[in-house]
Amino acid sequence: MGFPFKPHPRESTVLSKHFGEAEARTLDGWKVRGGYRALEQALGMDPVAIQNIVKESGLRGRGGAGFPTGLKWSFMKLGDGKPHYLCCNADESEPGTFKDREIMRWTPHALIEGCAIAAHAIGAETAYIYIRGEFTEPLEVMERAVAEARNAGVIGPNAMGSGKRVDVWVHKGAGAYICGEETALMNSLEGKRGNPRIKPPFPAAAGLFGMPTTINNVETLAAVPHILVNGGAWYKNMARADNPKSTGTKLWSVCGNVSRPGNYEVQMGFPFREFLYDLCGGPPRGRTFKAVIPGGSSVPIITIAEAEAAFMDYEGMVAVGTMLGSAGCIVMDDAQSIPRQVARLARFYAHESCAQCTQCREGTAWTTKILERIVAGDGTAEDLDTLLDLADNMTGKTICVLSDSCAAPVVSGLQKFPDEFKALITRKTVHTVPAIVA
Amino acid sequence: MADTPLVNLTIEGRPVSVPAGTSILEAAKTVGVLIPHYCYHPGLPVAGVCRMCLVDVEKAPKLAPACATAVAEGQVVHVHDEKAREARKGVLEMLLINHPLDCPICDQAGECELQDYTYQEGRADSRYREPKRFNPVEDFGGDVMYVPNRCILCTRCVRFMEDVAHDAVLNVSERGDRALIGKFEGKDLTHAWAGNVVDLCPVGALLSKDFLNKARSWELDRTASVCTGCSQGCNIIVETRDNTVVRLRPRSNAAVNEFFMCDHGRLNYRWMNRGDRLESPSILGAAGQQVVDWDVALAGAARVLKGKRILVLASSNLSNEAMFVLSRIAKASGGAGASRMVTGVEAPLPGVEDLALRADRTANGRGAELLGFTRSDAPLSGLAQGDAVIVADHDITPDDAALLAKASAVVLVSTVMPAGLPRADVVLPICNYLEEEGTLTNLRGHVQRFLQARAAPGMARPSWFVLADLANALGERMDVLTAGQVFALLASSHPDFAGLSHEALGLRGRPVAGATAGATS
Repeated sequence: MGFPFKPHPRESTVLSKHFGEAEARTLDGWKVRGGYRALEQALGMDPVAIQNIVKESGLRGRGGAGFPTGLKWSFMKLGDGKPHYLCCNADESEPGTFKDREIMRWTPHALIEGCAIAAHAIGAETAYIYIRGEFTEPLEVMERAVAEARNAGVIGPNAMGSGKRVDVWVHKGAGAYICGEETALMNSLEGKRGNPRIKPPFPAAAGLFGMPTTINNVETLAAVPHILVNGGAWYKNMARADNPKSTGTKLWSVCGNVSRPGNYEVQMGFPFREFLYDLCGGPPRGRTFKAVIPGGSSVPIITIAEAEAAFMDYEGMVAVGTMLGSAGCIVMDDAQSIPRQVARLARFYAHESCAQCTQCREGTAWTTKILERIVAGDGTAEDLDTLLDLADNMTGKTICVLSDSCAAPVVSGLQKFPDEFKALITRKTVHTVPAIVA
Repeated sequence: MADTPLVNLTIEGRPVSVPAGTSILEAAKTVGVLIPHYCYHPGLPVAGVCRMCLVDVEKAPKLAPACATAVAEGQVVHVHDEKAREARKGVLEMLLINHPLDCPICDQAGECELQDYTYQEGRADSRYREPKRFNPVEDFGGDVMYVPNRCILCTRCVRFMEDVAHDAVLNVSERGDRALIGKFEGKDLTHAWAGNVVDLCPVGALLSKDFLNKARSWELDRTASVCTGCSQGCNIIVETRDNTVVRLRPRSNAAVNEFFMCDHGRLNYRWMNRGDRLESPSILGAAGQQVVDWDVALAGAARVLKGKRILVLASSNLSNEAMFVLSRIAKASGGAGASRMVTGVEAPLPGVEDLALRADRTANGRGAELLGFTRSDAPLSGLAQGDAVIVADHDITPDDAALLAKASAVVLVSTVMPAGLPRADVVLPICNYLEEEGTLTNLRGHVQRFLQARAAPGMARPSWFVLADLANALGERMDVLTAGQVFALLASSHPDFAGLSHEALGLRGRPVAGATAGATS
């Protein structure tokens, strides 16, 4: 839990330890808290050795896909004579997710340090931090911190006196959701329209400016200094005993109908039930939980019964039919209408589709129109079949996964809560329970 | 390509061997399998956005876009299995939900890939019950108008302007289902090659203003031909309706023009339909031009030409065949052939090597030169007192007219009466190039055939036929019944053309000996 709240005793604060401490934003304040020790150590190390420590730690991408970070870094061919680039994905545009914002607001130097270490580990001299356009305060904080670090020689042509060049630049996006997709981000960074690219080639072969590129999420990079200082084994031990595949701590952004929304940092494999009721304080008074979207709006909805049985790690979420995603946890209580929520999500995707692929451009908008018609009480039984068929056409058939992300909540909503849709169609009940804020 | 290793795979049960790096879509073409597609075009960078070419590759987790997936050894590709067909059906349905379905009033109808693929494998009905998106028609400048409601956003036009014309005018504006093709601020489709976006557009979204509402595509007769707008010799298809040319379109030829033609050539067809054509032979008599029979006219022409030095003033747009006979007539009399240079501004298409609207605006200047014609700004400067002149479809300037006063006789072999021609002792009407067969030699020495696209007016006869008759009347022996036979004579007497024949040229043409390579992208 971050500023202005104290962390819950059951949290494991690694990344969020200094949230709320204004002094931690400054270079001196960060050094006092142990900052840049990891970078100094890393700059004296062989890149492959750094990759191996990160591999040992079991750190996986925190942006959503959960790809092993060390493995990703090892795809970069060191010494191939080409300029390499590191991109930090700070576009955090997934609805329900607001963890990276807090990292950048309170511990900007943690991210700069992580970027510099990662850049060195992949043979890059330049790292770009692509910040979401709406993040005005994090942008200011990051730019100030980068300037401070550069003036102090922490980064730049002779980073920390190591003789190695590590430049970090902050780039502000223009506020498109799709620019959080890695190849769209690169297009946007190059000054082009933020359209996802066809893969292959993958970024490690031809990414930013056509050069080998690694792209990592803010939270992933911010974890790297801690891993270097404390060792891979330390990080690896923060895991569920029976699931060593998900390691470390994870920041969860919790919003919706809970008593205490906010960012929580817990170890991988934390029981979801205890998380929802103990840490987040359960539902608002007088209500009961109904459904959870645990990983940002792109993952399937699960019922509260499924959520209560789940463990909070990559595999634990897959086991209950959803995904960890970006850990943007949207909680809905019994006052919420699932069709309405699904329609709202679909509307978001229809608005943000880049318009390249047919299924996404037309499918997201069509899906939205049908759902909004159902919510308005003009739905038919055939509409439900059409929605499922559309979702099938929108899944696994496009360049990126935006259309899959639109289909996921629709399909899961229809499967888990069919009665709510049918009730709207037959007009037997109209949802009139007002939403409340506890 | 010789050292590129071959990859073996199976597409729709057919074994295929293609060079590594070939896309599945191109590999399928080699065995006669057309994988439906919209955004892919062999002359443009791959976009992979329409998702129409999704195919089922065994052992792959997802359907693969055939345009953007390279072949791999041992791949087994299914184009028409249930999974791929259902996916394409889904794409087609989505492409049509916001489409106005206004085929009855759409110029593209009949040659529309949206119609074709929907007919082949689309749904018979639509499940779409919502209002359709609407955007007004927009003038894109040049010859192009945009009907956004019909657009499927394949982005072929955007990529052509950006990557081939190197003049970024078009873009995709907006997002989601609001997206449409837009123009950058202050820009218009005024590039000399911009009209190609109309051909590239697989649907009725980009239309030629010139062709708008002129004909239904199924009423058109199509003939393979060569553009005469300049010396590049772009391969074209001439489209006629009721014996009238209504549209020219590019025909692909990797050695000359890839897939494109310029707007100058495309829109320069109205002269082909001229109504003021010479329709019958005539002889200058006491009462002016007297219409006579062909035999009388040819005998009359021979009479005024015989025994004189003959100067031939011939348009360099005439075919190699006509030029060849003319050169024989001139040579036999001790005379010569000449032609006026016609020039304009050169306009290259940067994305294709050696392809441009050429400064030399004549179609057969190179052929004329190879056959001994001189080309200059004053083609009649060699005219001596008492010479006879054959004016072969050539225009006449006031200077020419003054010089022609020195001529003892003027025989006009032409499609039209040139303005300013002071007199013509004999007039022999000929077909224009669309009304006969023949060949043209482009500036790189590529010899290409054109076929007859329309019927000749009145008594006009093919140029090579009239000239061969004239040569025979002058005492030559030219035993020819077809243009191909004239070309055979040419090939046997000019080493540059040795080994070529109409049959050997086919519809892609062949270079003369010692020619430089043509367009390759």
